[in-house]
Amino acid sequence: MRKIATLLLSAGLVASATTAIASSPKEDLEKFRAYFEQKFPGLQLDDFGNGAYALDADKRMQWEAMEEFPPYDEFVDKGREIWEKPFKNGKSFADCFGKDPSKVRVRYPHWDAKTKQVVTLEGDINKCLKENGEKPFKWKKGPIAWLSAFFGYEARGQKINVVIPDDPDAIKAYEHGKHFFYAKRGQLNMACADCHVKYPGHFIRGNLLSPALGQVTHFPVYRAKWAKKSKDGDGLGTLHRRYGGCNKQVRARPFKAQSKVYRDLEFFHQYMSNGLTINAPGYRE
Amino acid sequence: MRRSNHRFSGTVGSLLLVAGMVITGQAAAAEDPISAGKKLAFDRKKGNCLACHHIEGGTLMGNIAPPLVAMKHRFPDKAKLREQIWDATKNNPRSIMPPFGKHRILSEKEIDLVTEFIYSL
Repeated sequence: MRKIATLLLSAGLVASATTAIASSPKEDLEKFRAYFEQKFPGLQLDDFGNGAYALDADKRMQWEAMEEFPPYDEFVDKGREIWEKPFKNGKSFADCFGKDPSKVRVRYPHWDAKTKQVVTLEGDINKCLKENGEKPFKWKKGPIAWLSAFFGYEARGQKINVVIPDDPDAIKAYEHGKHFFYAKRGQLNMACADCHVKYPGHFIRGNLLSPALGQVTHFPVYRAKWAKKSKDGDGLGTLHRRYGGCNKQVRARPFKAQSKVYRDLEFFHQYMSNGLTINAPGYRE
Repeated sequence: MRRSNHRFSGTVGSLLLVAGMVITGQAAAAEDPISAGKKLAFDRKKGNCLACHHIEGGTLMGNIAPPLVAMKHRFPDKAKLREQIWDATKNNPRSIMPPFGKHRILSEKEIDLVTEFIYSL
């Protein structure tokens, strides 16, 4: 046991799912951030929002060139059109989210005390559609990602500010997400934390691993890989689309987008980036 | 006459058979355990060792794990090396290295071949 504890310590994974070491979300956040700041002493907190591009000068130059005429612009515009277009009943998204689209992204994800669950931005987009007699969007890409990207774009410059209320059920959801993040899974037996806490800055084949801190700031993300797969160059996808892709890469069966598992994971994952500046949507390889 | 003809074709047949065996034998020799193991080690869908390790002759190699060099020095006992490939989490439960045998990512035979190759480095 002592040996295991030492291993966990040396791996910097003290905040792992072992119930023996209980810690509050606030303590987790402090440790999490301190770990990354020590690992990458040259970086400012907001640099982490640039992922792997904050760590590699060559890749950063290519990325900055892409961001000058970003391929996601046309899809952010499509998101704006969706935002502006009234529903058949005459109402619009503004009736669900408020008139100012720049004040939406920063409220998500949040804990809903009534339904006792984590509410995501994408979840509320489809809730709004359903409540107004409209057909909900598909969860992972297309219109839901465009609208979410528009909200992110409008919120650029604001800071991630996820609140974990002092409610045992909210803490349970957070702990569930944390457990998912640190637990090994799939045939390849890898945890989210293996690549993105232990080895960010290292190459896995030709890919530079990004730090978990700051990953959520640029979601929905525009991935060149996804654009290549689509017919019209639409590389936008939601955070849960990426979760599913990561799970498949470690040969685990992905969970459904917006399932409880992924919402709880998002609760933990976004909370860990509290205080970082929203820069969505971001371009990634 | 007929008879000798028959015998002749029989001889030719045997010769062809022998030639065939030789050719097959040569093909098998070309696929010695080390090169067969190398193929598996470099295959993204199989060992995909290059995802994390530097191996001479590889491209786009990862740097998560130590370069695979001087393996006979690091693992004088080949069986220990095989065990590490079969289940690296036995030595370190948090190891990021996939347990290739335990999780049946590779067959036992494939692990034998990969072990031969890695041991040769």
